[in-house]
Amino acid sequence: MLAAAIGSFVLAIIAFAGDKSVSIKNSLNFYKPTGPLSGVTTVAIVVWFLAWGFLEWRWGKRAVAMSRINRVSLALLALSILLTFPPIVDLL
Amino acid sequence: MEITVRGLWTLMHGMGFGALYLLACSGALIELYRFTTSSAPVGETAREERFLKLYLVAMVMLAWTAVLTGAYVIYPWYRAALPPGTKDLALFPQRLLLSSPSTTAWHSLGMEWKEHIAWFAPISITMVAFVFLKYGRDLKNHKQLRAGVLAFVLASFVSAGVAGFFGAMLDKYAPVQGGQTIQLINREAK
Repeated sequence: MLAAAIGSFVLAIIAFAGDKSVSIKNSLNFYKPTGPLSGVTTVAIVVWFLAWGFLEWRWGKRAVAMSRINRVSLALLALSILLTFPPIVDLL
Repeated sequence: MEITVRGLWTLMHGMGFGALYLLACSGALIELYRFTTSSAPVGETAREERFLKLYLVAMVMLAWTAVLTGAYVIYPWYRAALPPGTKDLALFPQRLLLSSPSTTAWHSLGMEWKEHIAWFAPISITMVAFVFLKYGRDLKNHKQLRAGVLAFVLASFVSAGVAGFFGAMLDKYAPVQGGQTIQLINREAK
């Protein structure tokens, strides 16, 4: 859950960074017909899988405080949705 | 009656994968809640659990197919560069929307939000399916995890809903057209 939230948050942050910086935007152009969206989503998915693997390795066999993880995950997810909303991106 | 190849892809992306995913989301929310909160063991058979697992895996495939066809098949047609001197913008939906103040926001707000928020749907539902495949009926005994999983299904639903709404509106104001024409019914007008 936390890994999915991290992946979503990274997607929002990279999309935001690409919107604010032309050089970042250009570097995210992995597949020309799709443009920077291809880089934004590819990087986010890679980070998501890395976070998933890391957290599974660290916490896979341990009891963890789920209420705290829930709070952090849902906060990251809510922030991700807000950070992709264009009027908020324009405000920041 | 005919449809273009691009129109057909858009139809499959929106009405096929996207709309079906949205419908499935409401079912998943209700069924996951019912299955993991019901105190009576009656009806909670291994068969029901297997069905719900298959249902969630099908949702994962629908969600990924929807975003991948959207980003790698339809979006390139939507944002195609305008050759110099082009006057007819019908084959360049992004340019068509940006050409009029009354439609600009469908791109600057609608598409700009849709192209990113849509990805939260497959990411969230993949996590939900993975957790349910791992825990199954035992999710009932992990209240916090269950609450988180249900919240992520809801977030996936909202993300897909936003993407679906803007997708439908964008297609209304600037449909993706072009490519070979497929004749569906060849009948002369009476």
